[in-house]
Amino acid sequence: MSSLPELKQARGFKLFWQTVWARAYPRIVGSTREVSWMFFETVLPLLGVAGYVFVYKAINAPPDYIGFVVVGGAMTAFWLNVLWSMASQLYWDKDAGNLELYIVSPGPMMAILLGMSIGGLVFAGVRAVVILVLGSLLFGVVYSTGSLILLVLVFAVTMIALYGMGMMFASVFLAAGREAWHLSNLFQEPIYLASGFYFPVKAMGFWVATIASIIPLTLGLDAMRQLLFTSDPTLGFLSVPIEIAVLLVLCVFFITGAYFMLNKLEEIGRREGRLTERRR
Amino acid sequence: MLLVNRILDISFIRRNHAMRSFITAAWLGWQIESNWADPFLFAVYSIARPIASVMILVVMYSVITDSATEEPIFAYIYLGNALYILVGMIITGVSWAVIDDREHYRTNKQLHTIPMSHFMYLMGRGVARLIIGTISVLITIGFGMLFFKIPITFQLVDWPLLLVSTGLGILALAGLGMIMGSLTMMLARHFWSIGEAVAGALYLFTGAIFPLDVLPSWIRWVGYGIPVTYWLEVARRALLGPDAIGFPTLARFSNLEIIWILGGFSVVLLVLSYFFYRWSLHTAKEKGLIDLESSY
Repeated sequence: MSSLPELKQARGFKLFWQTVWARAYPRIVGSTREVSWMFFETVLPLLGVAGYVFVYKAINAPPDYIGFVVVGGAMTAFWLNVLWSMASQLYWDKDAGNLELYIVSPGPMMAILLGMSIGGLVFAGVRAVVILVLGSLLFGVVYSTGSLILLVLVFAVTMIALYGMGMMFASVFLAAGREAWHLSNLFQEPIYLASGFYFPVKAMGFWVATIASIIPLTLGLDAMRQLLFTSDPTLGFLSVPIEIAVLLVLCVFFITGAYFMLNKLEEIGRREGRLTERRR
Repeated sequence: MLLVNRILDISFIRRNHAMRSFITAAWLGWQIESNWADPFLFAVYSIARPIASVMILVVMYSVITDSATEEPIFAYIYLGNALYILVGMIITGVSWAVIDDREHYRTNKQLHTIPMSHFMYLMGRGVARLIIGTISVLITIGFGMLFFKIPITFQLVDWPLLLVSTGLGILALAGLGMIMGSLTMMLARHFWSIGEAVAGALYLFTGAIFPLDVLPSWIRWVGYGIPVTYWLEVARRALLGPDAIGFPTLARFSNLEIIWILGGFSVVLLVLSYFFYRWSLHTAKEKGLIDLESSY
Protein backbone atom coordinates (compact mmCIF):
# COMPACT_ATOMS: atom_id res chain seq x y z
CA MET A 1 0.00 0.00 0.00
CA SER A 2 1.52 3.30 -1.10
CA SER A 3 1.75 5.97 1.55
CA LEU A 4 -0.04 9.27 1.01
CA PRO A 5 2.13 12.40 0.80
CA GLU A 6 2.21 14.23 4.06
CA LEU A 7 0.18 17.43 3.96
CA LYS A 8 1.54 20.35 5.89
CA GLN A 9 -1.16 22.29 7.62
CA ALA A 10 -1.29 25.95 6.62
CA ARG A 11 -1.73 28.49 9.38
CA GLY A 12 -1.74 32.25 9.83
CA PHE A 13 -0.80 34.33 6.83
CA LYS A 14 -0.09 31.26 4.68
CA LEU A 15 -3.60 29.96 5.27
CA PHE A 16 -5.02 33.39 4.51
CA TRP A 17 -3.05 33.67 1.27
CA GLN A 18 -3.89 30.13 0.15
CA THR A 19 -7.59 30.77 0.79
CA VAL A 20 -7.43 34.01 -1.22
CA TRP A 21 -5.82 32.20 -4.12
CA ALA A 22 -8.20 29.25 -3.89
CA ARG A 23 -11.22 31.56 -4.21
CA ALA A 24 -9.65 33.76 -6.90
CA TYR A 25 -8.51 30.75 -8.95
CA PRO A 26 -11.87 29.66 -10.44
CA ARG A 27 -12.65 33.23 -11.43
CA ILE A 28 -9.32 33.90 -13.10
CA VAL A 29 -8.64 30.52 -14.64
CA GLY A 30 -12.31 29.81 -15.35
CA SER A 31 -12.51 32.86 -17.58
CA THR A 32 -9.76 31.47 -19.81
CA ARG A 33 -11.47 28.09 -20.19
CA GLU A 34 -14.58 29.46 -21.84
CA VAL A 35 -13.67 32.59 -23.77
CA SER A 36 -17.05 33.14 -25.43
CA TRP A 37 -17.91 35.45 -22.51
CA MET A 38 -15.61 38.01 -24.11
CA PHE A 39 -18.17 38.66 -26.84
CA PHE A 40 -21.14 38.93 -24.48
CA GLU A 41 -19.29 40.91 -21.83
CA THR A 42 -17.39 43.33 -24.03
CA VAL A 43 -18.84 43.86 -27.50
CA LEU A 44 -22.48 43.94 -26.42
CA PRO A 45 -22.02 46.41 -23.51
CA LEU A 46 -20.11 48.58 -25.96
CA LEU A 47 -23.37 49.03 -27.88
CA GLY A 48 -24.94 50.61 -24.78
CA VAL A 49 -21.95 52.94 -24.43
CA ALA A 50 -22.26 53.79 -28.14
CA GLY A 51 -25.90 54.80 -27.56
CA TYR A 52 -24.84 57.47 -25.08
CA VAL A 53 -22.00 58.61 -27.37
CA PHE A 54 -24.49 59.19 -30.19
CA VAL A 55 -26.76 61.18 -27.86
CA TYR A 56 -23.86 63.54 -27.22
CA LYS A 57 -23.13 63.66 -30.95
CA ALA A 58 -26.78 64.44 -31.69
CA ILE A 59 -26.70 67.47 -29.39
CA ASN A 60 -23.23 68.59 -30.54
CA ALA A 61 -21.42 68.06 -27.25
CA PRO A 62 -17.68 68.91 -27.00
CA PRO A 63 -15.44 65.91 -27.86
CA ASP A 64 -14.32 65.41 -24.23
CA TYR A 65 -17.86 64.36 -23.30
CA ILE A 66 -17.57 61.40 -25.65
CA GLY A 67 -14.44 60.46 -23.71
CA PHE A 68 -16.40 60.84 -20.45
CA VAL A 69 -18.93 58.30 -21.72
CA VAL A 70 -16.27 55.82 -22.86
CA VAL A 71 -14.41 55.99 -19.52
CA GLY A 72 -17.68 55.83 -17.57
CA GLY A 73 -18.87 52.91 -19.70
CA ALA A 74 -15.64 51.04 -19.01
CA MET A 75 -16.01 51.63 -15.28
CA THR A 76 -19.53 50.15 -15.28
CA ALA A 77 -17.78 46.78 -15.63
CA PHE A 78 -16.38 47.16 -12.10
CA TRP A 79 -19.64 48.38 -10.61
CA LEU A 80 -21.62 45.51 -12.16
CA ASN A 81 -18.98 43.08 -10.98
CA VAL A 82 -19.18 44.42 -7.44
CA LEU A 83 -22.98 44.20 -7.45
CA TRP A 84 -23.47 40.81 -9.07
CA SER A 85 -20.26 38.95 -8.29
CA MET A 86 -19.38 40.41 -4.89
CA ALA A 87 -22.42 41.76 -3.10
CA SER A 88 -24.78 39.02 -4.30
CA GLN A 89 -22.17 36.28 -4.29
CA LEU A 90 -22.60 34.96 -0.76
CA TYR A 91 -26.33 34.73 -1.42
CA TRP A 92 -25.66 32.74 -4.64
CA ASP A 93 -23.20 30.61 -2.68
CA LYS A 94 -25.81 29.91 -0.03
CA ASP A 95 -28.27 28.95 -2.76
CA ALA A 96 -25.74 26.63 -4.39
CA GLY A 97 -24.66 25.09 -1.09
CA ASN A 98 -21.13 26.54 -1.05
CA LEU A 99 -21.57 28.91 1.88
CA GLU A 100 -21.71 26.09 4.42
CA LEU A 101 -18.49 24.69 2.95
CA TYR A 102 -16.78 28.08 3.33
CA ILE A 103 -17.85 28.28 6.95
CA VAL A 104 -16.77 24.78 7.95
CA SER A 105 -13.42 25.17 6.18
CA PRO A 106 -10.49 26.56 8.21
CA GLY A 107 -9.98 29.42 5.69
CA PRO A 108 -10.98 32.86 7.02
CA MET A 109 -14.12 34.34 5.44
CA MET A 110 -12.29 37.64 4.85
CA ALA A 111 -9.79 35.74 2.71
CA ILE A 112 -12.63 34.19 0.74
CA LEU A 113 -14.12 37.64 0.10
CA LEU A 114 -10.70 39.00 -0.85
CA GLY A 115 -10.20 36.12 -3.26
CA MET A 116 -13.57 36.86 -4.80
CA SER A 117 -12.51 40.50 -5.18
CA ILE A 118 -9.21 39.70 -6.86
CA GLY A 119 -10.83 37.23 -9.24
CA GLY A 120 -13.64 39.69 -10.00
CA LEU A 121 -11.20 42.53 -10.51
CA VAL A 122 -9.28 40.57 -13.14
CA PHE A 123 -12.49 39.52 -14.90
CA ALA A 124 -14.02 43.01 -14.86
CA GLY A 125 -10.65 44.55 -15.74
CA VAL A 126 -10.54 42.68 -19.03
CA ARG A 127 -14.05 43.86 -19.87
CA ALA A 128 -13.20 47.45 -18.93
CA VAL A 129 -9.99 47.49 -20.98
CA VAL A 130 -11.73 46.13 -24.07
CA ILE A 131 -14.54 48.70 -23.80
CA LEU A 132 -12.00 51.46 -23.22
CA VAL A 133 -9.76 50.49 -26.13
CA LEU A 134 -12.53 49.75 -28.63
CA GLY A 135 -14.60 52.76 -27.56
CA SER A 136 -11.60 55.09 -27.79
CA LEU A 137 -10.63 53.79 -31.23
CA LEU A 138 -14.18 53.81 -32.62
CA PHE A 139 -15.04 57.30 -31.41
CA GLY A 140 -11.60 58.88 -31.68
CA VAL A 141 -11.21 59.80 -28.00
CA VAL A 142 -8.06 61.79 -27.26
CA TYR A 143 -6.57 61.49 -23.76
CA SER A 144 -4.14 63.70 -21.91
CA THR A 145 -1.23 61.60 -20.66
CA GLY A 146 0.29 64.09 -18.21
CA SER A 147 0.05 62.33 -14.84
CA LEU A 148 0.19 58.61 -15.48
CA ILE A 149 1.44 57.75 -11.98
CA LEU A 150 -1.34 59.77 -10.38
CA LEU A 151 -3.83 58.08 -12.68
CA VAL A 152 -2.64 54.61 -11.63
CA LEU A 153 -2.79 55.68 -7.99
CA VAL A 154 -6.36 56.99 -8.34
CA PHE A 155 -7.43 53.79 -10.09
CA ALA A 156 -5.80 51.56 -7.47
CA VAL A 157 -7.31 53.42 -4.51
CA THR A 158 -10.72 53.48 -6.20
CA MET A 159 -10.63 49.73 -6.78
CA ILE A 160 -9.57 48.95 -3.20
CA ALA A 161 -12.38 51.11 -1.82
CA LEU A 162 -14.90 49.76 -4.33
CA TYR A 163 -14.15 46.10 -3.71
CA GLY A 164 -14.03 46.79 0.04
CA MET A 165 -17.55 48.09 -0.38
CA GLY A 166 -18.43 44.92 -2.29
CA MET A 167 -17.06 42.81 0.59
CA MET A 168 -19.21 44.74 3.04
CA PHE A 169 -22.28 44.52 0.81
CA ALA A 170 -21.85 40.74 0.59
CA SER A 171 -22.97 40.47 4.23
CA VAL A 172 -25.80 42.97 3.78
CA PHE A 173 -27.12 41.21 0.68
CA LEU A 174 -26.84 37.82 2.34
CA ALA A 175 -29.04 39.13 5.14
CA ALA A 176 -31.49 40.50 2.54
CA GLY A 177 -32.02 36.97 1.19
CA ARG A 178 -34.14 36.73 -1.94
CA GLU A 179 -34.39 40.51 -2.14
CA ALA A 180 -30.67 40.62 -2.96
CA TRP A 181 -31.68 40.27 -6.58
CA HIS A 182 -33.90 43.35 -6.45
CA LEU A 183 -31.26 45.27 -4.48
CA SER A 184 -28.66 44.60 -7.15
CA ASN A 185 -31.08 45.72 -9.84
CA LEU A 186 -31.97 48.78 -7.83
CA PHE A 187 -28.34 49.83 -7.53
CA GLN A 188 -27.66 49.95 -11.26
CA GLU A 189 -29.19 52.94 -13.10
CA PRO A 190 -29.73 55.06 -9.94
CA ILE A 191 -26.01 54.73 -9.16
CA TYR A 192 -25.03 55.43 -12.79
CA LEU A 193 -27.03 58.63 -12.39
CA ALA A 194 -25.86 59.71 -8.93
CA SER A 195 -22.20 58.85 -9.55
CA GLY A 196 -22.05 60.56 -12.95
CA PHE A 197 -21.00 57.59 -15.05
CA TYR A 198 -21.88 59.41 -18.28
CA PHE A 199 -21.42 63.08 -17.34
CA PRO A 200 -19.37 65.08 -14.82
CA VAL A 201 -20.82 64.42 -11.37
CA LYS A 202 -20.59 68.14 -10.65
CA ALA A 203 -23.68 68.54 -12.87
CA MET A 204 -25.74 66.79 -10.18
CA GLY A 205 -25.15 69.67 -7.77
CA PHE A 206 -22.98 69.86 -4.65
CA TRP A 207 -25.16 67.92 -2.22
CA VAL A 208 -26.06 65.04 -4.53
CA ALA A 209 -22.40 64.71 -5.58
CA THR A 210 -21.32 64.79 -1.92
CA ILE A 211 -23.78 62.09 -0.89
CA ALA A 212 -22.91 60.02 -3.98
CA SER A 213 -19.23 60.21 -2.96
CA ILE A 214 -19.88 57.32 -0.57
CA ILE A 215 -19.73 55.20 -3.74
CA PRO A 216 -15.98 55.10 -4.46
CA LEU A 217 -16.52 55.23 -8.22
CA THR A 218 -18.01 58.73 -7.95
CA LEU A 219 -14.78 60.38 -6.83
CA GLY A 220 -12.59 57.84 -8.64
CA LEU A 221 -14.24 58.57 -11.98
CA ASP A 222 -14.18 62.30 -11.36
CA ALA A 223 -10.46 62.24 -10.54
CA MET A 224 -9.65 60.02 -13.53
CA ARG A 225 -11.56 62.34 -15.86
CA GLN A 226 -9.73 65.35 -14.48
CA LEU A 227 -6.44 63.62 -15.23
CA LEU A 228 -7.44 62.25 -18.63
CA PHE A 229 -9.28 65.28 -20.05
CA THR A 230 -7.78 68.66 -19.38
CA SER A 231 -9.70 70.87 -21.81
CA ASP A 232 -12.04 72.21 -19.10
CA PRO A 233 -10.54 72.09 -15.58
CA THR A 234 -13.75 73.50 -14.08
CA LEU A 235 -15.64 70.22 -14.70
CA GLY A 236 -14.09 68.44 -11.69
CA PHE A 237 -16.08 68.16 -8.46
CA LEU A 238 -13.16 68.34 -5.99
CA SER A 239 -9.42 68.60 -6.57
CA VAL A 240 -7.63 65.31 -7.32
CA PRO A 241 -5.58 65.25 -4.05
CA ILE A 242 -8.75 65.75 -1.97
CA GLU A 243 -10.51 63.01 -3.90
CA ILE A 244 -7.59 60.63 -3.30
CA ALA A 245 -7.66 61.44 0.42
CA VAL A 246 -11.41 60.74 0.64
CA LEU A 247 -10.95 57.50 -1.29
CA LEU A 248 -8.27 56.39 1.18
CA VAL A 249 -10.69 57.03 4.05
CA LEU A 250 -13.33 54.99 2.18
CA CYS A 251 -10.83 52.12 1.77
CA VAL A 252 -10.32 51.88 5.53
CA PHE A 253 -14.03 52.36 6.26
CA PHE A 254 -15.30 49.68 3.90
CA ILE A 255 -12.70 47.02 4.67
CA THR A 256 -13.12 47.48 8.42
CA GLY A 257 -16.88 47.52 7.95
CA ALA A 258 -16.73 44.31 5.91
CA TYR A 259 -14.78 42.58 8.70
CA PHE A 260 -17.22 43.55 11.44
CA MET A 261 -20.38 42.96 9.42
CA LEU A 262 -19.21 39.55 8.31
CA ASN A 263 -18.51 38.52 11.89
CA LYS A 264 -21.84 39.88 13.07
CA LEU A 265 -23.77 38.18 10.30
CA GLU A 266 -22.03 34.88 10.90
CA GLU A 267 -22.82 35.10 14.60
CA ILE A 268 -26.52 35.91 14.00
CA GLY A 269 -26.73 33.28 11.28
CA ARG A 270 -25.25 30.58 13.52
CA ARG A 271 -27.49 31.53 16.44
CA GLU A 272 -30.69 31.55 14.37
CA GLY A 273 -29.67 28.66 12.14
CA ARG A 274 -30.16 30.65 8.94
CA LEU A 275 -26.74 30.46 7.38
CA THR A 276 -27.59 27.46 5.27
CA GLU A 277 -31.32 27.98 5.05
CA ARG A 278 -32.14 28.29 1.36
CA ARG A 279 -35.80 29.24 1.43
CA ARG A 280 -35.23 32.92 2.11
CA MET B 1 -56.06 34.11 -7.25
CA LEU B 2 -59.77 34.90 -6.98
CA LEU B 3 -59.68 37.06 -10.09
CA VAL B 4 -57.70 34.47 -12.01
CA ASN B 5 -60.18 31.75 -11.03
CA ARG B 6 -63.05 33.87 -12.28
CA ILE B 7 -61.29 34.48 -15.58
CA LEU B 8 -60.47 30.79 -15.92
CA ASP B 9 -64.16 29.99 -15.26
CA ILE B 10 -65.35 31.94 -18.30
CA SER B 11 -66.69 29.22 -20.58
CA PHE B 12 -64.72 30.27 -23.66
CA ILE B 13 -61.47 30.25 -21.69
CA ARG B 14 -62.32 27.05 -19.79
CA ARG B 15 -62.62 25.20 -23.09
CA ASN B 16 -59.55 26.82 -24.64
CA HIS B 17 -56.37 24.97 -23.76
CA ALA B 18 -54.02 27.72 -24.98
CA MET B 19 -55.86 30.53 -23.21
CA ARG B 20 -55.89 28.61 -19.92
CA SER B 21 -52.13 28.10 -20.16
CA PHE B 22 -51.62 31.77 -21.02
CA ILE B 23 -53.71 33.17 -18.14
CA THR B 24 -52.35 30.80 -15.52
CA ALA B 25 -48.79 31.58 -16.61
CA ALA B 26 -49.47 35.33 -16.52
CA TRP B 27 -50.76 35.00 -12.94
CA LEU B 28 -47.78 32.85 -11.97
CA GLY B 29 -45.37 35.34 -13.56
CA TRP B 30 -46.91 38.21 -11.61
CA GLN B 31 -46.58 36.25 -8.35
CA ILE B 32 -42.94 35.52 -9.06
CA GLU B 33 -42.12 39.10 -10.02
CA SER B 34 -43.96 40.85 -7.24
CA ASN B 35 -44.87 38.68 -4.27
CA TRP B 36 -41.44 37.56 -3.23
CA ALA B 37 -40.11 41.00 -2.50
CA ASP B 38 -41.01 43.48 0.18
CA PRO B 39 -43.81 45.62 -1.42
CA PHE B 40 -41.98 48.86 -0.61
CA LEU B 41 -38.74 47.63 -2.14
CA PHE B 42 -40.62 46.32 -5.15
CA ALA B 43 -42.36 49.68 -5.69
CA VAL B 44 -39.11 51.63 -5.30
CA TYR B 45 -37.40 49.22 -7.66
CA SER B 46 -40.15 49.56 -10.27
CA ILE B 47 -40.07 53.35 -10.12
CA ALA B 48 -36.45 54.24 -9.32
CA ARG B 49 -34.80 52.34 -12.16
CA PRO B 50 -36.77 53.85 -15.05
CA ILE B 51 -36.70 57.33 -13.57
CA ALA B 52 -32.94 57.11 -13.01
CA SER B 53 -32.45 55.77 -16.52
CA VAL B 54 -34.30 58.70 -18.08
CA MET B 55 -32.65 61.19 -15.70
CA ILE B 56 -29.22 60.14 -17.00
CA LEU B 57 -30.29 61.38 -20.43
CA VAL B 58 -31.92 64.50 -18.98
CA VAL B 59 -28.71 65.47 -17.17
CA MET B 60 -26.57 64.68 -20.24
CA TYR B 61 -28.87 66.83 -22.37
CA SER B 62 -29.06 69.65 -19.81
CA VAL B 63 -25.29 69.85 -19.30
CA ILE B 64 -24.73 70.43 -23.00
CA THR B 65 -27.76 72.54 -23.93
CA ASP B 66 -27.97 74.57 -20.72
CA SER B 67 -31.30 72.91 -19.85
CA ALA B 68 -33.06 73.73 -23.13
CA THR B 69 -35.79 71.20 -22.36
CA GLU B 70 -38.36 73.15 -24.38
CA GLU B 71 -36.62 72.12 -27.63
CA PRO B 72 -38.58 69.50 -29.64
CA ILE B 73 -35.62 67.07 -29.67
CA PHE B 74 -35.76 66.84 -25.86
CA ALA B 75 -39.35 65.56 -25.85
CA TYR B 76 -38.42 63.05 -28.56
CA ILE B 77 -35.39 61.78 -26.62
CA TYR B 78 -37.35 61.65 -23.36
CA LEU B 79 -40.34 59.79 -24.80
CA GLY B 80 -38.12 57.45 -26.81
CA ASN B 81 -36.30 56.44 -23.65
CA ALA B 82 -39.53 56.14 -21.64
CA LEU B 83 -41.23 53.93 -24.24
CA TYR B 84 -38.10 51.85 -24.65
CA ILE B 85 -38.56 50.53 -21.09
CA LEU B 86 -41.33 48.37 -22.52
CA VAL B 87 -39.01 47.01 -25.22
CA GLY B 88 -36.41 45.85 -22.71
CA MET B 89 -39.01 44.31 -20.40
CA ILE B 90 -40.85 42.35 -23.10
CA ILE B 91 -37.77 41.14 -24.96
CA THR B 92 -36.11 39.84 -21.81
CA GLY B 93 -39.32 38.58 -20.16
CA VAL B 94 -39.57 35.19 -21.85
CA SER B 95 -35.82 34.54 -21.61
CA TRP B 96 -35.95 35.08 -17.87
CA ALA B 97 -38.95 32.77 -17.56
CA VAL B 98 -36.96 30.01 -19.28
CA ILE B 99 -33.94 30.64 -17.05
CA ASP B 100 -36.06 30.76 -13.87
CA ASP B 101 -37.90 27.51 -14.64
CA ARG B 102 -34.81 25.67 -15.78
CA GLU B 103 -32.04 26.88 -13.49
CA HIS B 104 -33.62 28.49 -10.47
CA TYR B 105 -36.84 26.62 -9.68
CA ARG B 106 -35.79 23.51 -11.61
CA THR B 107 -39.35 22.82 -12.74
CA ASN B 108 -38.85 22.63 -16.49
CA LYS B 109 -39.17 18.86 -16.59
CA GLN B 110 -42.53 19.01 -14.83
CA LEU B 111 -43.72 21.88 -17.00
CA HIS B 112 -43.07 19.86 -20.13
CA THR B 113 -44.89 16.79 -18.86
CA ILE B 114 -48.17 18.45 -17.85
CA PRO B 115 -51.03 19.00 -20.33
CA MET B 116 -50.64 22.64 -21.33
CA SER B 117 -49.52 24.74 -24.30
CA HIS B 118 -45.93 25.56 -23.42
CA PHE B 119 -45.72 28.21 -26.14
CA MET B 120 -48.66 30.08 -24.61
CA TYR B 121 -47.28 29.44 -21.13
CA LEU B 122 -44.07 31.27 -22.04
CA MET B 123 -46.06 34.09 -23.64
CA GLY B 124 -48.06 34.36 -20.42
CA ARG B 125 -44.95 34.47 -18.28
CA GLY B 126 -43.85 37.51 -20.28
CA VAL B 127 -47.08 39.34 -19.40
CA ALA B 128 -45.98 40.08 -15.83
CA ARG B 129 -43.00 42.01 -17.07
CA LEU B 130 -45.22 43.73 -19.63
CA ILE B 131 -47.43 44.96 -16.75
CA ILE B 132 -44.43 46.17 -14.72
CA GLY B 133 -42.99 47.79 -17.85
CA THR B 134 -46.28 49.57 -18.62
CA ILE B 135 -46.45 50.96 -15.09
CA SER B 136 -42.85 52.17 -15.40
CA VAL B 137 -43.56 53.82 -18.76
CA LEU B 138 -46.61 55.64 -17.39
CA ILE B 139 -44.71 56.83 -14.31
CA THR B 140 -41.77 58.00 -16.43
CA ILE B 141 -43.99 59.91 -18.86
CA GLY B 142 -45.97 61.43 -15.97
CA PHE B 143 -42.68 62.45 -14.32
CA GLY B 144 -41.59 64.13 -17.56
CA MET B 145 -44.88 66.02 -17.94
CA LEU B 146 -44.68 67.19 -14.36
CA PHE B 147 -41.04 68.19 -14.06
CA PHE B 148 -39.83 68.80 -17.61
CA LYS B 149 -43.02 70.05 -19.25
CA ILE B 150 -43.06 67.34 -21.90
CA PRO B 151 -45.72 68.79 -24.24
CA ILE B 152 -48.36 66.07 -24.02
CA THR B 153 -51.91 67.41 -24.02
CA PHE B 154 -54.61 64.78 -23.50
CA GLN B 155 -56.93 66.47 -26.00
CA LEU B 156 -54.25 66.46 -28.69
CA VAL B 157 -53.06 62.89 -28.20
CA ASP B 158 -54.09 60.70 -31.13
CA TRP B 159 -55.51 57.91 -28.94
CA PRO B 160 -56.58 55.50 -31.72
CA LEU B 161 -53.15 55.78 -33.33
CA LEU B 162 -51.44 55.30 -29.95
CA LEU B 163 -53.51 52.24 -29.04
CA VAL B 164 -53.24 50.54 -32.44
CA SER B 165 -49.51 51.20 -32.76
CA THR B 166 -48.80 50.10 -29.20
CA GLY B 167 -50.88 46.95 -29.66
CA LEU B 168 -48.97 46.08 -32.82
CA GLY B 169 -45.68 47.06 -31.21
CA ILE B 170 -46.34 44.77 -28.26
CA LEU B 171 -47.20 41.88 -30.58
CA ALA B 172 -43.99 42.40 -32.54
CA LEU B 173 -42.03 42.59 -29.30
CA ALA B 174 -43.75 39.46 -27.99
CA GLY B 175 -42.58 37.69 -31.16
CA LEU B 176 -39.03 38.93 -30.59
CA GLY B 177 -39.25 37.95 -26.92
CA MET B 178 -40.37 34.43 -27.84
CA ILE B 179 -37.48 34.11 -30.29
CA MET B 180 -35.07 35.18 -27.53
CA GLY B 181 -36.72 32.79 -25.07
CA SER B 182 -36.51 29.93 -27.57
CA LEU B 183 -32.86 30.71 -28.18
CA THR B 184 -32.31 30.64 -24.42
CA MET B 185 -33.70 27.08 -24.30
CA MET B 186 -30.83 25.95 -26.54
CA LEU B 187 -28.04 27.77 -24.72
CA ALA B 188 -25.94 26.38 -21.92
CA ARG B 189 -23.94 29.57 -21.40
CA HIS B 190 -24.59 33.31 -21.53
CA PHE B 191 -28.33 32.63 -21.54
CA TRP B 192 -28.88 35.25 -18.85
CA SER B 193 -27.36 38.01 -20.94
CA ILE B 194 -28.75 37.27 -24.39
CA GLY B 195 -32.10 39.07 -23.92
CA GLU B 196 -30.51 42.09 -22.31
CA ALA B 197 -27.78 42.18 -24.93
CA VAL B 198 -30.32 42.26 -27.75
CA ALA B 199 -32.38 44.89 -25.93
CA GLY B 200 -29.18 46.94 -25.52
CA ALA B 201 -28.33 46.58 -29.20
CA LEU B 202 -31.81 47.65 -30.27
CA TYR B 203 -31.43 50.75 -28.07
CA LEU B 204 -28.63 51.83 -30.36
CA PHE B 205 -30.17 51.00 -33.72
CA THR B 206 -33.82 52.03 -33.29
CA GLY B 207 -33.43 55.77 -32.81
CA ALA B 208 -34.87 55.58 -29.31
CA ILE B 209 -32.71 58.38 -27.94
CA PHE B 210 -31.18 60.02 -31.01
CA PRO B 211 -32.10 60.36 -34.69
CA LEU B 212 -30.85 57.45 -36.79
CA ASP B 213 -29.26 60.02 -39.10
CA VAL B 214 -26.54 60.51 -36.46
CA LEU B 215 -25.36 56.92 -37.03
CA PRO B 216 -22.76 56.28 -39.74
CA SER B 217 -24.60 55.61 -43.01
CA TRP B 218 -23.26 52.03 -43.28
CA ILE B 219 -25.11 50.87 -40.15
CA ARG B 220 -28.13 53.15 -40.34
CA TRP B 221 -30.05 50.60 -42.44
CA VAL B 222 -30.13 48.17 -39.47
CA GLY B 223 -32.68 50.43 -37.77
CA TYR B 224 -35.06 50.22 -40.73
CA GLY B 225 -35.22 46.43 -40.33
CA ILE B 226 -36.39 46.57 -36.69
CA PRO B 227 -40.09 47.03 -35.80
CA VAL B 228 -39.20 48.99 -32.66
CA THR B 229 -37.97 51.88 -34.82
CA TYR B 230 -41.43 52.26 -36.35
CA TRP B 231 -43.33 51.77 -33.10
CA LEU B 232 -41.28 54.39 -31.26
CA GLU B 233 -41.75 56.86 -34.10
CA VAL B 234 -45.50 56.47 -34.43
CA ALA B 235 -46.10 56.34 -30.65
CA ARG B 236 -44.16 59.59 -30.24
CA ARG B 237 -46.16 61.19 -33.04
CA ALA B 238 -49.41 60.04 -31.41
CA LEU B 239 -48.40 61.38 -27.98
CA LEU B 240 -47.02 64.73 -29.09
CA GLY B 241 -49.84 65.56 -31.51
CA PRO B 242 -49.85 66.57 -35.16
CA ASP B 243 -47.82 69.79 -34.81
CA ALA B 244 -44.80 68.21 -33.09
CA ILE B 245 -41.47 68.40 -34.86
CA GLY B 246 -39.86 64.97 -34.75
CA PHE B 247 -36.71 63.25 -35.85
CA PRO B 248 -36.16 63.47 -39.62
CA THR B 249 -35.48 59.70 -39.90
CA LEU B 250 -38.99 58.50 -40.82
CA ALA B 251 -40.46 61.91 -41.71
CA ARG B 252 -41.26 60.76 -45.26
CA PHE B 253 -43.63 58.02 -43.98
CA SER B 254 -47.24 58.82 -43.08
CA ASN B 255 -48.76 57.40 -39.89
CA LEU B 256 -50.79 54.89 -41.88
CA GLU B 257 -47.73 53.67 -43.77
CA ILE B 258 -45.87 53.12 -40.51
CA ILE B 259 -48.87 51.22 -39.08
CA TRP B 260 -48.87 48.92 -42.12
CA ILE B 261 -45.14 48.29 -41.80
CA LEU B 262 -45.51 47.62 -38.07
CA GLY B 263 -48.46 45.28 -38.69
CA GLY B 264 -46.40 43.36 -41.25
CA PHE B 265 -43.53 42.99 -38.80
CA SER B 266 -45.91 41.79 -36.06
CA VAL B 267 -47.43 39.04 -38.21
CA VAL B 268 -44.07 37.87 -39.55
CA LEU B 269 -42.42 37.86 -36.12
CA LEU B 270 -45.28 36.02 -34.40
CA VAL B 271 -45.41 33.31 -37.06
CA LEU B 272 -41.62 33.08 -37.12
CA SER B 273 -41.47 32.89 -33.31
CA TYR B 274 -43.87 29.92 -33.28
CA PHE B 275 -41.82 27.89 -35.75
CA PHE B 276 -38.56 28.94 -34.13
CA TYR B 277 -39.94 27.89 -30.74
CA ARG B 278 -40.87 24.43 -32.07
CA TRP B 279 -37.46 23.97 -33.64
CA SER B 280 -35.68 25.20 -30.49
CA LEU B 281 -37.72 22.92 -28.25
CA HIS B 282 -36.89 19.94 -30.42
CA THR B 283 -33.18 20.86 -30.46
CA ALA B 284 -33.11 21.45 -26.70
CA LYS B 285 -34.72 18.05 -26.09
CA GLU B 286 -32.40 16.32 -28.51
CA LYS B 287 -29.30 17.85 -26.88
CA GLY B 288 -30.57 17.20 -23.36
CA LEU B 289 -30.70 20.91 -22.55
CA ILE B 290 -34.37 21.10 -21.63
CA ASP B 291 -33.83 20.57 -17.89
CA LEU B 292 -30.19 21.59 -17.78
CA GLU B 293 -28.91 22.93 -14.46
CA SER B 294 -25.67 24.51 -15.54
CA SER B 295 -25.16 26.75 -12.46
CA TYR B 296 -23.36 28.96 -14.98
